[in-house]
Amino acid sequence: MAKISEYSSVVGSSTIEELQLLAGKLQGKVVQNINSTATGGGVAELLSRIVPLLQELGVNTRWDVIKGGESFFNVTKKFHNALHGRPEEISPQMFEAFTETSQQNIDELKAYGDIMIIHDPQPIALIKKKLSMPGSKWAWRCHIDISSPDTHVWNFLKPFIHQYDSAIFSSPNFSPALPIRQFLILPSIDPLSDKNKDLPQETIDAVLEKYQIRKDKPIITQISRFDYLKDPIGVIEAYRLVKKRIDCQLILAGGTATDDPESSKVFADTKEIAGNDTDIHILPVPSGSDTEINALQRASTVIIQKSLREGFGLTVTEALWKAKPVVASSTGGIPLQIRHKYNGLLCHSVFGAALSIKQLLHNPEYAKRLGENGHELVKQNFILTRHLKDCLLLFLCMYHPDDIIHL
Amino acid sequence: MNVLGKAKEPFIFSTQVSLTELTGLKATNLQQLLDLIKTVPGSIIYHHTHHFLQEHQYLLPEPPNDFAYWVTEFLGEARLGEYLLSIDTIQYTTIRELRDKIARTIEDYVKDYPTSLNKFATTGEEFRFLKSVSFVLQTPHKASDLKEFKTALQKVTPGSLYFHMFEARLRIRQGINDFSKWLEDCLSENKLANKIAALDPYTYTLENLRFTIIKLVEKRIAESLKEHPVIPEALPK
Repeated sequence: MAKISEYSSVVGSSTIEELQLLAGKLQGKVVQNINSTATGGGVAELLSRIVPLLQELGVNTRWDVIKGGESFFNVTKKFHNALHGRPEEISPQMFEAFTETSQQNIDELKAYGDIMIIHDPQPIALIKKKLSMPGSKWAWRCHIDISSPDTHVWNFLKPFIHQYDSAIFSSPNFSPALPIRQFLILPSIDPLSDKNKDLPQETIDAVLEKYQIRKDKPIITQISRFDYLKDPIGVIEAYRLVKKRIDCQLILAGGTATDDPESSKVFADTKEIAGNDTDIHILPVPSGSDTEINALQRASTVIIQKSLREGFGLTVTEALWKAKPVVASSTGGIPLQIRHKYNGLLCHSVFGAALSIKQLLHNPEYAKRLGENGHELVKQNFILTRHLKDCLLLFLCMYHPDDIIHL
Repeated sequence: MNVLGKAKEPFIFSTQVSLTELTGLKATNLQQLLDLIKTVPGSIIYHHTHHFLQEHQYLLPEPPNDFAYWVTEFLGEARLGEYLLSIDTIQYTTIRELRDKIARTIEDYVKDYPTSLNKFATTGEEFRFLKSVSFVLQTPHKASDLKEFKTALQKVTPGSLYFHMFEARLRIRQGINDFSKWLEDCLSENKLANKIAALDPYTYTLENLRFTIIKLVEKRIAESLKEHPVIPEALPK
């Protein structure tokens, strides 16, 4: 894990100084984060990066985890799916199990923060402790796409949410009408991680050699797990339209979960559609192969993300960071990252994707310019240091209701 | 005035950082967009006409407002997009005036092209109204004469430049940028103040704006040195 000072090589020392200045305004405040797990999952991963950096900046930031048994987490998993819009059968007994475990956590968990950040629905009922903590500020941090939630679950959670001082969402599209303040904190990538750091050319070449990918033909790449929503077959169709005019290669790389039968089926279908085209490389990359993913992205001529549905689309962020020209579907968080024709090309169909790829392959200067703009956009907006800045500003916002705040 | 002359009061550089507040408000067609533009708080109009400047600091400065981008890309109304794009933001000294101009532009367009009201953005592509919460902090950088001013301009963050040129003019002082005000009031550098005030900062990237202001200051320093050459003191015999 990199130290805060190491990020100055990426974003400049003035940005780090700005963070230190903001952190100084939070002297004496204790920030307590609470979620449902210390390991595994995006929230735990995010907190494991953010909490030490905030501490290093001098903000007294802590992280605690609620307890819960199988029945509790079964219900919260169902909540999670239902908030994503998937129909779920949730019985009154299940709601009861949620309430029971929540009460145990309310009774047993020590809440001590001046600022309480409660992550996702599992610990949401802890807000009941607010009454016994006068002066404390509470924010509910929702990491889930709740743009079309199941109303049954949403209506159950709403009375809890309304008691918070504010809510935080990861996309403007997730923002519901609420009587409390809502803030936007977009996801970010860590430029110093194995997946995003600069790589020596030898490392990139070694990965290409390992997978027998040629360097003398343009490479079109989509990185994502094998999932119908990522439309790998649509990507192959787009590639075939491009291939009619330009001799190129296609890489489809990502994880396949062995315990997910659908993922294995998508992988098999994709292989079948690819047939015996030796220029199509379908690569099941095991989890933890961050350097390989990094190398494949850096070796690519064009990166594609032809998802039918998408969360934020961090693979797009990663590609933009590597200054690659990107063609991506206008869905989920992708339009937040790509301004069409400014730093990438948005598409809505196989034909649109193919046309955009051809334009980029035929106009390398244009592609280069889009890539450079993409890199700068990520540097300004989607780097971990911006995430830290947003966290600090959020904490400060809890004490300032105005639109312009002179610190 | 001699460039070595000291200002009545030093210029203290501040910087500005902001957090985006969500409102839950959205528009799917031109009528909804127009109705909300007319009624939402000024901080929302400010966000959608200014956040691009800070988020895209090194890019070409287009498109300068989200309304133009959305009607073009998601409603397919390129002509209206161009009208909104070409609103000369620098002309307006208050958010209220800017808001009125944007609303009038859409109203006029809808009158001329009533079928434009029938176009709807698809789910996920609605216009989401957002708001900027700005935090202003003092930096350690300050200047008491033109040379120090130039040196500090080279060092401060883009957020600082943004604050003194945009936020101060439109949201705080309403009418003039901080640099011109200080140059005029504290250094009597009226000509230089006017030159900076006459720039259209909306058509520069922040880095190009920084470069342009520094060039103007350098030019003034060179002129001043010509008018008032620094004569080395005579050596004692």
